[in-house]
Amino acid sequence: MGVLLSVQSLVTQFSTSSGIVRAVDGVSWDVDEGETVALVGESGCGKSVTALSIMRLVAQPAGRIVSGHVVFKGRDLLTLSEEEMRRVRGREIGMIFQEPMTSLNPVLTVGRQLTEGLEIHLAMRQTDARARAVELLGMVGFSDPARRLTQYPHQFSGGMRQRIVIAMALACNPPLVLADEPTTALDVTIQAQILELMKALSRRLGVAMLIITHNLGVVARYADRVNVMYAGRIVERASARELYRNPRHPYTLGLLRSVPRLDEPRRARLQPIEGQPPDLTRLPTGCSFRPRCAFRVEYCATEEPPLREVPDATHVSACWEAERVGSSNGGPRNGPPSPPALGSTSAQPGRSSRHGE
Amino acid sequence: MSKVLATSEPPILEVKNLVKHFHVGGGLFGGKAGVVRAVDGVSFFIQRGETLGLVGESGCGKTTTGRCILQLERPTSGSVIFEGADLTTVSPDDLRRVRRRIQVIFQDPYSSLNPRMTVGQIIAEPMAVHRIVTDARARAARVRDLLERVGLLPRHADRYPHEMSGGQRQRVGVARALAMEPSLIICDEPVSALDVSIQAQIINLLEDLQADLGLTYLFIAHDLAVVRHISDRVAVMYLGKVVEIADRKALYDDPLHPYTQALLAAVPIPDPELEARREHAIVLGEVPSPLNPPSGCVFHPRCPIAIERCRVDVPELREVKPGHWAACHLA
Repeated sequence: MGVLLSVQSLVTQFSTSSGIVRAVDGVSWDVDEGETVALVGESGCGKSVTALSIMRLVAQPAGRIVSGHVVFKGRDLLTLSEEEMRRVRGREIGMIFQEPMTSLNPVLTVGRQLTEGLEIHLAMRQTDARARAVELLGMVGFSDPARRLTQYPHQFSGGMRQRIVIAMALACNPPLVLADEPTTALDVTIQAQILELMKALSRRLGVAMLIITHNLGVVARYADRVNVMYAGRIVERASARELYRNPRHPYTLGLLRSVPRLDEPRRARLQPIEGQPPDLTRLPTGCSFRPRCAFRVEYCATEEPPLREVPDATHVSACWEAERVGSSNGGPRNGPPSPPALGSTSAQPGRSSRHGE
Repeated sequence: MSKVLATSEPPILEVKNLVKHFHVGGGLFGGKAGVVRAVDGVSFFIQRGETLGLVGESGCGKTTTGRCILQLERPTSGSVIFEGADLTTVSPDDLRRVRRRIQVIFQDPYSSLNPRMTVGQIIAEPMAVHRIVTDARARAARVRDLLERVGLLPRHADRYPHEMSGGQRQRVGVARALAMEPSLIICDEPVSALDVSIQAQIINLLEDLQADLGLTYLFIAHDLAVVRHISDRVAVMYLGKVVEIADRKALYDDPLHPYTQALLAAVPIPDPELEARREHAIVLGEVPSPLNPPSGCVFHPRCPIAIERCRVDVPELREVKPGHWAACHLA
């Protein structure tokens, strides 16, 4: 399968009162046709700004795409006119956001919101658009789609609204859907329903998905390939299976170890990643994860680790010590690694280490 | 962690038939008048030194239950017996005195900390108001102790909340709660606003404090994996009612209520190979409105095994196995 979307050396920055925030700091990755790719990371890692950059929706003038390319179906979206870009959004790339009400207009019926895009993008006649809207609502699980078209967003629950947003995202048969934390605002039983729906539809329709999330469980259920982001950069990329079985970046390993899991015996103690998330206006030299890293060595402070193949192009990690992360690992969950002594001292009384800065 | 739970001792907290109804509509802007049955006959107890997890989805009444225990909401009926006193009937003076020993940690540390006060002032203020430490210098010393206890540094006392990260702010929230020397802390989604790498830090901190200070926790959360990790016993709520309550192990290894089973099946596991093999038995539909709850068992419209009786008879919470209670006719 060919490459559908290719993000190349993308840099997006925001100027704030406390300095330049390097939100996305030179990332490259791609999505193949029909593939589901995840962008995982914690708040402030740049995953959402990456999505906004692809859609050219970064809030100006504070935010600015400084350099890079976003090649979609052979065209660099960053070179399109605003007019051309409007035809890409919604028609060629569908969008699903965390909070469905940010995508829905409260004063228009659901039917109008579904048909509007069809009439504008596909020049459908009203009756055809309506028929398609009925079909779409049925596809996302409404049992009485014709009646639902006449209702307003407030008449639906959160889970149902997200189904409507999915229907809108798929309305024009786009080859790619971009989903930013699509189930984060939903309860766990509803989250399961929506994930199943998205998975089934993306397979059936052959749509490629870019899913942006902080939830490692959602990624595991869902993604073919995973990019892990930290402080504006990709720190690891692999197939989902390989990433979870054999993480090669200390941050990925730390994330996987820090969450309690229902499928495993309860552990006496959780293993957090020590320290604080990075301040993007004052990133350390060398590796951004170094202050929190259990595997750090001296040159991590001076030399920024590039993404390199561990062992081949299907699995890359931006860590000088990736081999040691892999070998200490022995299966990611079978016990703690034996890293060099941590810089953080254990605070007494209590066994929580300090969290200065 | 070793916890001695002397079951002969009376529980530190006992909630009996707690009911909280909210009246809605019918006011200035009309709308149909109705009653939201936010908490509809909830009973449980917590032993001293134990952690009871309270799980459920949004709108199940878990937060309202916590607020009723704190008397931030006056219950419609029922009793809340804390250290021997019924908080729903004690005099206002007594309530103030007793209530000090129940503290709360909120979900969003940012909105629960005054942005115009330094961290030191935030922690010291309740000690001054409640005259726990009257001397200003002694208070400052106590603030330093508390900061250290929650893993911060003495110099953090001069910071403002916005100068701290989310995890650090939640540590301030914990220190402020500890300043009142509580015996019971109600933790209302204390880690759900935090990044996963920070969540584990705060959970470990709460566990350490419990071991060192003998604290009792009511841990309200929607994350079933976190609740399993931290709780000794767990209660599951659905539409204002407790549908199951048991020891942690019994509840997670052998859930008896179909809702608990559905919740556990819905949690995605961070392991793609396991997820690929796993059966995803998905519970259909959504939580009905607490304005107009279903007849009989409130879960029956979504229940995969409901029978005719479930539409009619309300299942009582009954002890199906020793210490394991479930509100299901078929359990």
